[in-house]
Amino acid sequence: MKEISVLAGGQAGDGIASVGETLSKAFTRMGLHLFGLNSYQSVIRGGHVSFLARASPDRVPSQGDACDVLYALDQQTIDIHLPGLSQGGTVVHDPEKFALPAERLPVGTSALGVPTLEIARKYTNQSILQNAAGLGATAFLAGIPLDLLQRTLADSFGKKKGEVVDWNLGASADGYKFAQEHAKPNQHALAPAGEPKLLLTGNQAIALGAAAAGCKFLAQYPMTPASSIMHWLAAHSRDLGVVVKQAEDELAAINMAIGASFGGVRAMTATSGGGFSLMVEALGMAGMTETPVVVVESQRSGPSTGLPTKTEQGDLNLMLGAGQGEFPRAILAPSNPAEAYRFTVRAFQLAEEWQTPVLVASDLHLSESYGTVDRAEIDLDVPVPPIATVEPNGHEYKRYRYTASGVSPRAIPGQPGLNFIAGSDEHDETGHLISDVKSGVPVWVAERAKMMEKRMRKLEGLARTTDPPVLEGPEAADVTFIAWGSTAGAVRDAMRILSARGVHANLLFLPTVYPLHGAAVAARLAKAKHPILVEGNYSGQLGRLIRAETGLEIRDKLLKYDGEPFYPMEIVRKATEVIEHGRN
Amino acid sequence: MAGTSAATVTPTEGALLPMVGKSDTKPTWCPGCGDFGVIAAIEMAVKKLKIPSHNVTIVSGIGCSSNLPHFLSSYGFHAIHGRSLPVAEGIRWANHELTVIATGGDGDGFGIGCGHFVHTMRRNVDMTYVTMDNQIYGLTTGQASPTSMMGQKTKSTPSGVIENPIDPIALALASGATYVARGFSGDVKHMAELIQNGIAHKGFAFVDALSPCVTYNKINTFDYFRQRVYKLETSGHDPTNLAKAFERSLEWGDKIPIGLFYRTDRPTYEDLEEVLSAGPLARQPAGLKGRDALLDEFA
Repeated sequence: MKEISVLAGGQAGDGIASVGETLSKAFTRMGLHLFGLNSYQSVIRGGHVSFLARASPDRVPSQGDACDVLYALDQQTIDIHLPGLSQGGTVVHDPEKFALPAERLPVGTSALGVPTLEIARKYTNQSILQNAAGLGATAFLAGIPLDLLQRTLADSFGKKKGEVVDWNLGASADGYKFAQEHAKPNQHALAPAGEPKLLLTGNQAIALGAAAAGCKFLAQYPMTPASSIMHWLAAHSRDLGVVVKQAEDELAAINMAIGASFGGVRAMTATSGGGFSLMVEALGMAGMTETPVVVVESQRSGPSTGLPTKTEQGDLNLMLGAGQGEFPRAILAPSNPAEAYRFTVRAFQLAEEWQTPVLVASDLHLSESYGTVDRAEIDLDVPVPPIATVEPNGHEYKRYRYTASGVSPRAIPGQPGLNFIAGSDEHDETGHLISDVKSGVPVWVAERAKMMEKRMRKLEGLARTTDPPVLEGPEAADVTFIAWGSTAGAVRDAMRILSARGVHANLLFLPTVYPLHGAAVAARLAKAKHPILVEGNYSGQLGRLIRAETGLEIRDKLLKYDGEPFYPMEIVRKATEVIEHGRN
Repeated sequence: MAGTSAATVTPTEGALLPMVGKSDTKPTWCPGCGDFGVIAAIEMAVKKLKIPSHNVTIVSGIGCSSNLPHFLSSYGFHAIHGRSLPVAEGIRWANHELTVIATGGDGDGFGIGCGHFVHTMRRNVDMTYVTMDNQIYGLTTGQASPTSMMGQKTKSTPSGVIENPIDPIALALASGATYVARGFSGDVKHMAELIQNGIAHKGFAFVDALSPCVTYNKINTFDYFRQRVYKLETSGHDPTNLAKAFERSLEWGDKIPIGLFYRTDRPTYEDLEEVLSAGPLARQPAGLKGRDALLDEFA
C-alpha cells in the first residue's frame, strides 16, 4: 500500500497537536485517507507529546509501524522516535535548538536542519512561531502543496484574522521554501487522490451519531478520554438544540440522563472506566425501570486512575457485569470513526426499541485518534420516531405490561390518563412496588419471577437485532484473528502485511460484544485453522466471554496492557510464530 | 407562579382533569409515622394549585419516606438511594412544563445524596424538594443519620453519635436555594402552605419536614417538637434577609423555628439554559436530517 507517515514530536505546550492536525487535514483535502495518533501525557505543559499522521489513497486502519518524516522539536523526540524512522526517512529539526550528529542517524536516513527559530524571529519574539516554520518544511517533505497547506493553516484559525495569522502563514511559507531549496520530498510523498475526505476523531463521530439519532440531552463529568464528546456537543448545543449538562459527578450524570429519558427525550452520558464504576448502580436502575439510556464507556488504562492518557480494553468485564442482579443490556464496540458514528446511532435505536441501557464501548485509541470517512458514509438522515408508544385510550394503562417481546408500551409524563410510577424496586405491571409488604407472599413471589422473565426476554430481542460477528478477509485462512473495538484497526493492517507475504489471514470482528452471538462465533471458530485472540487487556476478557458462551477456548492470545495501542507488526509476528509452531 | 404557569391550569379547566390524589397503593409506613403528615401536605398543596395529576412528577430515592410516590396518583419515579435530585433535574430539563417534586429522607438527601443536594440548589432548578427528616435511618432499622443529634444512641452508635449533625436549612441557604422552609408533620396545614408556596416559587424550593419516626427515634418525637417549634411568620422574621435567615437556621434547642426562612428571586437554570428557550426539550425537533452542512467542519 502506498503510504506516508509523518510524526511531529515535542513538549506539551509546543503546539504539536495543531501541527499534526493541520498536516492531517491537508492530507485529507488531497483526497487521502488518514489515521492520526495523538499521543500525550497527563500534564498540561512539559512532557513528551507526539502526533503521527499516516496517509494513503487506501483506507488507513491504524497508525502503522513506520515514520517517514520526523519533525522533532526537542531532543527527547529524537531519542524516542528516531529508531522508528523508515529507510529513506528524513528528520526535520532546528540545529539552533539541538545538534543531531550524522552518526546518530540510522543508515539510509537523512536530516534537514531548518532555521525555524530564525524564521520565527523575523516576525515576532514568540518562539511558538517556530512550529509554523517546521510545519512548512515538514509539509514540503510530505508532498503537500504549499497553497493547500496555507489554506488549511488559515482555516485552522477560523474567523480569526490579523498579524498572528499572517505571521503563521509567512513562517510556514518560509519553512516550506527553505526545505524546497535544500531537500527533495520524501520518497513516499503522495499525489492527490480524489475527493476530499472527512477527518474526525472517534469521539466526534460518537457525538455526531448521538445528535443524528435524536439525542437531546447529554450529562457528563469530565474524564479523559471521554471529555471531547461533551466538548463537541457543548460547542453545538444551541445550534442543534441539545442540552449539555456538566454534572457534579458521574452519579449525577447518569441519573440525569435517565431522568431526561423518562421525561421524554433521548439521552446519553459518556465517561471512562472510573466514572463508569460510579454509574454502575444507576445502570441497573435504567434496566429495572426500563428506561432507555446510552452510555459511552471510553476505556483507558486501569485499574484505578491507571494511565489516564493511555489506552486499554480492560473494562469489558466491568461493562458485562455492571449492576447488581440481572437485566438486559447491549454492548456495541466500534473500531473506527465511521463505525463510531453508526454504532452510536444504533445504540440509541436499540435502547429505545428494547427500553434498556445500551453501552458504546470505545477506548482512548478510538476516541482520540483521527480517522477519515467518505462523506457518503455519514448518513445524517436518521429517522427519529416519537418516544411515547401509547396514547390515552380510556383503558387502564400498565407501563410494565407482560408482553411476548418483554417490551411494554411506553408513556411519558405530561400525557393525561397514563400516570404511572417507574420503580427501582421490583414492581408489578403498573409499576407499584412488590418489594415490601408483598414480598414473600406466594402470589407476589410468582409475580416477581414473571417480571424478571419479562425483562430478560428483551435480551433475546437484543441478540436478534444487534449486528452479528463479521468475517473480514478470505473465507479460508492460515490464521483467524478475533478482535473487538479499536484493536481491529491494527489487525486489518496486519492482515494486509501478511497477505503480501503470502499468508492468508482473516478477522472475526465483533461489532456487538454483548449479547455475544455465541452460535455464530462458535461456527466461525470451528472453521479457524489458527485462531488468535488479540485484545488490549491482561486476561483476555473477550476470550473468557467466548469460552463462557461457546465452551471454546482460544489458546493463542496476543494481549497488550502497556498503555500503547497495538502495532500491526506485533500482530504479524504473533501470527508468524503461531503458524510456525503449528499449534491449533 | 411563573415557574408553574404552563402546568397550572385555570380552576374551571383544572376541575375537569384528575387532580393528584391517593393511589390504590396504601402507605406502608408505621402507624403514627410523621410521613403521613407530609404526604397529606403535598397532596393538599398540589390540589390547591390545581395542577392536573399528569403534569406532576414526584421523584424519590430510597428509604421509608421515599416510597411516597407510590401512594399518590401522579407520575412518579422511585429511584435509587440518594439520586432523586439528579433524576428530577433530568425530568425537569426534558420537560420544564412539568411540576417536579422530589421527596425523600434525611439519609437519602443529606447522607448518600448530599453532593446532589448542594449542586441542585446552586443551579436553582425550578422544582421543589421535600425531605422527611426524622434524624434516623428507619428502613434499615435504626442507625444514625446525618441529622441525628450529638450523643444520640442508635444501633450503629451504641455509645452515642460523635459527629456534629448537618443543618439542612443552613446548608440550603449557603448553597443558594431560593426558597428555604421548615415544616412539621404535627402541623399539616402549615406545611401544606409552605409546600404550596414552594411549588409556586420560581426556583429551587427546599422544605425540610420534621417528620418523627415513631419506631426508631425516641428522642425527636412529636412531643419533642410540639414543645419547641414556633412559627417564623409570627415572630417578626424577614424572609428576604439572608443573614437573618442564617441566624434563625442556627436555632436548634429549646426553640426550633418552622416556616419560611428565606426567599429570593434569581434566574432559574431553565431560564439560563438557552436551548430551553425554544420550549420543552421533549417537544423540540430532534435529529440531523437536512443538516449536511454540519459535516463541513470535518472537511
